[in-house]
Amino acid sequence: MQDFLQLMVTGLVIGSVYALVAMGFALIYKSTSIINFAQGEFVLVGGYICWWLYTMLGIPIVWSFMLTMLIAVAMGVVLERLVLRPMIGEPIISVIMITIALATVLKSLVTILWGTQIKVFTPAIFSQKAIHMGPILISEVYLWTFGFAFLFLGVFAAFFKFTRVGISMRAVANDQQVAQSMGISVKKVFAISWSIGALVSAVGGLLVGNINGINITLSDFGLKVFPAVILGGLDSIGGAIIGGLTIGILENIMGSYLDVYLGGGVKEIAPFIVLIIILMVKPYGLFGIKEIERV
Amino acid sequence: MPCGLFFETYQKDESIFPTWWLRIWMIALGIGLLVFPFVAQPISDWMGMNMLNMFNLILIYIVGAHGLNLLTGYTGQISLGHGAFMGVGAYTAGILANMGWPFWLALPMAGFMTAAVGMIFGVPSLRLRGLYLAIATLAAQFILDYAMRNWSSLTGGSSGLTVPAASIGDFTFDSDFKFYFLALALAALATLYLKNITRTRTGRAFVAVRDRYLSAEVIGVNLFKYRIMSFGISSFMVGIAGGLWAYYITIISDEHFTMWLSVQYLAMIIVGGLGSVLGSIYGVVFMVALPELLRLPAEALTNVYPDIFVIFSSLREMVFGVIVIIFLIFEPDGLAARWHTVRAYWKLWPFSY
Repeated sequence: MQDFLQLMVTGLVIGSVYALVAMGFALIYKSTSIINFAQGEFVLVGGYICWWLYTMLGIPIVWSFMLTMLIAVAMGVVLERLVLRPMIGEPIISVIMITIALATVLKSLVTILWGTQIKVFTPAIFSQKAIHMGPILISEVYLWTFGFAFLFLGVFAAFFKFTRVGISMRAVANDQQVAQSMGISVKKVFAISWSIGALVSAVGGLLVGNINGINITLSDFGLKVFPAVILGGLDSIGGAIIGGLTIGILENIMGSYLDVYLGGGVKEIAPFIVLIIILMVKPYGLFGIKEIERV
Repeated sequence: MPCGLFFETYQKDESIFPTWWLRIWMIALGIGLLVFPFVAQPISDWMGMNMLNMFNLILIYIVGAHGLNLLTGYTGQISLGHGAFMGVGAYTAGILANMGWPFWLALPMAGFMTAAVGMIFGVPSLRLRGLYLAIATLAAQFILDYAMRNWSSLTGGSSGLTVPAASIGDFTFDSDFKFYFLALALAALATLYLKNITRTRTGRAFVAVRDRYLSAEVIGVNLFKYRIMSFGISSFMVGIAGGLWAYYITIISDEHFTMWLSVQYLAMIIVGGLGSVLGSIYGVVFMVALPELLRLPAEALTNVYPDIFVIFSSLREMVFGVIVIIFLIFEPDGLAARWHTVRAYWKLWPFSY
């Protein structure tokens, strides 16, 4: 039971980062209906840039953090304008392929610039000291990660709910033509969606980077996002958050209980098995909008 | 080259090579391809790379790319799992060959096995379309990849599986030169098959499913049947490609059949042209030849920048990504469409108006 709780808690922490990345993904899908295979590469780029600013250039962490977010926003806007804008109205296969190609470019760029070795934030930002919380042990860095992830989730949830820009984004997601006729600039909303999507992923990247160090496998986060958003429903931001947390816990638990029987590495594919099951049983997820077709 | 077409019967309109000119060219191409391996050695020396090896890979990938083009280009079902499907074919052929099955039996079995796996993962296509199907096949890719890596008693795990060279009777295809003819025969067969199936009732049903599946269903096309069938045929072809690959490389490991291969397959048919037989051929040639050709400038640059081969594979991936992006933005219909535009321009040259 104690093991189980321990797994739940560590899973929840990783799940909170999944939730963050999945929120960015769902946001981009909701407002621009582009499915972004490069989401994981945003995580990767965010982690590396923050590491580079902090460890290599020696900029204090607060400023590195701010600068990373700024760069992520700029990257989101530029990519949207140059690569994704021409894809509006193209068939799904083209859109999927262009984000895959984008992912390839970003990933290889990171490898060319920084190599493939694991990079560690030095000096460490959060201590690895373990804290007892009742029966379970958890290191401080996990708590910070969880706290920051939830801070960002909360801030953006409030942003969509209450600010003018957030409301205009929801309007565009609902109906682009009507939103446009109400004086909302759809182009601006697209750019904002991509920049927020890149920003939350970059934050996810630097949070995870603090736990295990950064290397190229950080981009796998982008793939784990698919089970999360499918579980929550592709076009639901709340669903993405719940999906992310669930997948984080599930993969941790399935990984450690099934590894014995299946010979290791279950953690990596457990989310995808869940994904297949969800698609078979409830393709539009928990909170997704069902597409109803009538002839 | 004809400046226009004038057909008097339906039969003539339906023929694959409608004009004499085209037929002469096709015969010339056939002869050229048959003669090529005899003159490949000097060309290889001159280019500084193994041309026959490159051609063999191109021919193998053509079989697989035709398969994916049938599914994605003609039927409109996106698959991100064809890399793993090719792996299923390769492992089936490899395991059967190790059990002592002859080549001519093991290769079709590889196809059938892959077809079965492909059809299982194609079942969600009944309920899922577009994005959702892409994600489902992505999951298939990861699950199959995992099975290939971890089911070591069957696949040899990460140490790989050794496959004997293909042989029919006493004849063994154990060199690039000999294998070329085998690969050429199968690639030609696959091309002819794809060209022909798109002209049949089945092929038209595929296109109808792609263009407007609701209308297709209304006029009596059984969606489920044709989608599964498309998955089956497509996986069969890519399984054959995998089997050929296993017999050619003779040692297979899971590293080859990752998501990256699926992406490459998709890139091939997109760069070449979706829903076009010629397209998949152009795409494969482009995508296989390009990384090899990139090696030449990289070698030239070693004097200036000695570390270039450390980052060469990343550089190659980056060029790959940039090319796909450029194609999707500027020529979404692929090389086949570009070829048509170029040809149409010359048709009436110099009096094009």
